[in-house]
Amino acid sequence: MRPDRLAAGALIASTLAGLGLAVVYVAGGEPQLEGILLFVSLSGLGGALIVWGTHLLPGEREIAEPRHLPSPPEERRAATAALEAGAEEVARRRFLVRLLLAAAGALGLAALFPIRSLGPSPGRSLLVTAWRAGVRLVDAEGRPIRAEEVEEGNVRTVFPEGAVGSADAQALLIRVAPGLLRLPPGRRAWAPGGLVVYSKVCTHAGCPVGLYLQQTQQLQCPCHQSTFDVLEGARPVFGPAARPLPQLPIGVDAEGYLVARGDFPEPVGPGFWGMP
Amino acid sequence: MVTRRAVEWFDDRLQAASFARRALRKAFPDHWAFMLGEIALYCYVILVLTGTFLVFFYVGSGREVVHDGPYAPLRGTRMSAAYDSVLRISFEVRAGLVMRQIHHWAAVVFVAAIAVHMLRVFFTGAFRRPREINWFVGLSLLLLAMFAGFTGYSLPDDLLSGTGLRIAYSVLLSIPVVGTWAAFLLFGGEFPTPDLMSRLYVIHVLLLQGLIVGALTVHLAVVWHQKHTMFRGPGHDEDTVRGSPLWPRYAMKSVGLAFCVFGVLALLGGLAQINPVWLYGPFDPTIVTSPAQPDWYMGWLEGALRLAPPWAFRVFGAAVPEPFLPAVMLPGLVFTVLALWPFIERRITGDDRPHHLLDRPRDAPLRTAVGVAGVSVMAVLTLAGSNDVLANLLGMQIGTFNRAARFLLVALPMATGVVAYAACRELGRRDLHPIAGGRRVVVRRTADGGFRLDPASAALPDQPDHGQGGQGEPQRDQRHPEQEARRDEG
Repeated sequence: MRPDRLAAGALIASTLAGLGLAVVYVAGGEPQLEGILLFVSLSGLGGALIVWGTHLLPGEREIAEPRHLPSPPEERRAATAALEAGAEEVARRRFLVRLLLAAAGALGLAALFPIRSLGPSPGRSLLVTAWRAGVRLVDAEGRPIRAEEVEEGNVRTVFPEGAVGSADAQALLIRVAPGLLRLPPGRRAWAPGGLVVYSKVCTHAGCPVGLYLQQTQQLQCPCHQSTFDVLEGARPVFGPAARPLPQLPIGVDAEGYLVARGDFPEPVGPGFWGMP
Repeated sequence: MVTRRAVEWFDDRLQAASFARRALRKAFPDHWAFMLGEIALYCYVILVLTGTFLVFFYVGSGREVVHDGPYAPLRGTRMSAAYDSVLRISFEVRAGLVMRQIHHWAAVVFVAAIAVHMLRVFFTGAFRRPREINWFVGLSLLLLAMFAGFTGYSLPDDLLSGTGLRIAYSVLLSIPVVGTWAAFLLFGGEFPTPDLMSRLYVIHVLLLQGLIVGALTVHLAVVWHQKHTMFRGPGHDEDTVRGSPLWPRYAMKSVGLAFCVFGVLALLGGLAQINPVWLYGPFDPTIVTSPAQPDWYMGWLEGALRLAPPWAFRVFGAAVPEPFLPAVMLPGLVFTVLALWPFIERRITGDDRPHHLLDRPRDAPLRTAVGVAGVSVMAVLTLAGSNDVLANLLGMQIGTFNRAARFLLVALPMATGVVAYAACRELGRRDLHPIAGGRRVVVRRTADGGFRLDPASAALPDQPDHGQGGQGEPQRDQRHPEQEARRDEG
C-alpha cells in the first residue's frame, strides 16, 4: 500500500476510535471496549506518524554531526586553574574552613535524628507475643476450644484470648496420635493428649505456614515451601527454613478449655541479629 | 510569520535561536535496538498519566473499614481503606479499571524495557568510556523502577502483595547489626503496622518518582550531550554521529513510537486482566494464598529465597538468618558487579580509550560470555520463583525440581558462557567485519563508464579479520591523530 494512504487510513481509524471512546464512556464505560478503542486511537496516531516520518518526508534521511568530546586541552587547563584558584582563595582562612566543616558536620548529624522518629525501638517486641500462662486458646471467631472437640488429623488456627488476628501470636493447633509424637526432651507435658500447638509464622520469611500435609504429618509454608515435621517438634525437613517452628506449651484449665502455659520459649517468625 | 515571531520572542528573552538551530539539526542514529530505552521512557509517561488519575481515588490508609461498595462478594467484609478504594477504582469509577490495569501493565513493561535496554547497552559495549556515568544512572533507574513497581503493586493492600511485604520485612530484618532497627523504622514497628499503607503511598508517588524523574533527566541530558553511539558500518567513524535529523524526521518517528507504546499498553490494560485484587481478598497476616508469585522483576529474588539451602549462621554470637544470603547478599553482589562492570572490563582488556562505535556481541567474546552467563543465572532464579507452579506442571516433586534448578544454576551459566564465547570467536573468525575485513581489491573505472577489477590487486594481502584478536587486542578504530594527542595530554 502507498505510504500516504496507509497514514491516512491510520489517522481516520484513530479519529473514529477517539470518537467511539467518548461514546463508550458516556454510555457507562466498558474496560474491554475502552482498551480496544484506546489502542486503535493511540496506535493509529503513532503508526501514521511513523509511516509519515519514515516514508513521506522529502528532507535528508541522514545528517552528520561532529562529536566534540572532550574539550580542547586549553579549556581543561583553564577550568582546572579556575577551580584551584577559587579553592585557594577559600583555603586561606584555615580556621574558618575548620569551623565550617564542624558546623556542617554537626548539622548533618542533627539531621539524622528525626529518622529515629519513624518507628518505635524494637525493644523486646520481637521476643514476645500475647501468649501468657493461663490464657485460653481461641479460634478465629474468638471461641475458646475444649480439648475433646479437636479431632485427630485436624488443624485449626488459634490465638490467645483477646488477641484474635494477632500476626505474631497466631498458632496452629493439631491433634496427632500421642504415641507417634517424638518431641524434644523436656516437652512431654506440652502436648496433652497429642495436642500440639506450633507458631504459624514461618521461621524463614514470616509467611503464615498455611498448609497441613496430613498424611506425612508435615506443615508447609506455601511461600518458599519450608516444611516442618509435626511429630518431631516442627523440625524443618525441607526448604529454606533452618529453625523449627516454636512450640507453645499448653494445658487444660479447670473448665476443660485449652490454655497456654506460657509464651513461646523462643522468638517466633524470621530470625534477626539480636535473636537469642 | 507566526513562527518567526515566536522565535524572536523567545530569542529576545532566552537567546534560544542558536540552541534551537543546533538542536533541531541534531543527528539521531537509527537502529531498532536504540528504541528500547525510548519504550521505557514512554512507559514512564503512561505511568505518570494513569498514576495521576489513580491518586484521585486511591486512599493510602490502613484504617479499617467495612466494604459496602460495588463488589458484592466482599460486602460486609472488614478491610483497609486502601483495599476498599482499589475495589471502588476497579468497579465504581468509570474507566477506573482500565486505568488501573494500564498502569500495572505499563509498570511491568517499563521494567522489562529498562532491562532489555540495559542488555543492549551491555552487549554492545555502549557503557564504555565516555558513557560510564550514564551506565550508572541507568542502573540506578532500573533499581528505582523495581522499587517503584514493588511499592506500587503493594498499595492495594491485598492478600498477595501483603505477603510480599511480609517477606520484604523479613529480608530487612535479616540484615546484620542494623536489620531490626531498619525494619522497625521503615515499617513503623513490628509487621503489620497501621502506618504501612500511608508510608508506601508516599514512597511510591513522591519519593521514588522524584528520584526517577531526576535520574531520568540526567540520563537524557547526558545522552543528548554525549550524542548517541552508532554501530560500525560503511562510512561510520568515531568522530562523527550520523542519523535522522531531530526535526522533523526523528521527532515524528519517536512520537509515533510513543503513541504505539501507549496503544499497546491500552490494549493490554483493556483486554488482559492483571492483578485482580478482588479475587485475592484483603490482607490478613494469618492467611496466605498459594501459589503466590510476584511481578516478573522480583521473581529472581523470590527464586533465590526458594532455592537457597537453609543456611543460617551466627557471627560473634549474633544471628544471621536464612534470607540474608539469597535476598540481601545476592542482589547486593549482582548490582555491585553491574555498577562496576565498566571498570572491571577496563581492567581485563586494558582498553581505556573512548568508544562511540558499538561492538557487536561477537566483537567482545569475553563480555558476551559473561553477559550470557549472567542472563542464564537470572533466568534459572526467575523460574525457581515459580517452582511450585512449574513442578506441578511438570509432574515433579518440588524437591526434585529444586535440585535440578540448583544444578542448572551452576551448570547452565557455565555451559551458555562457554558456548557464547566459542560462538563469538567462531563468528569473529568467519564473518569479516564490513570496515575492518574483506579482500582488498582495486576497481578501476574505464573510459566508457564501466568498472573493471584490477588484476594486480589479487596480489594484495588480505586484511586480518576484525574479531580474531578478542578482547585483549586494541580495536582498529579509525581516529584522527589530533584526538589521539589530546587524550594523551588529558
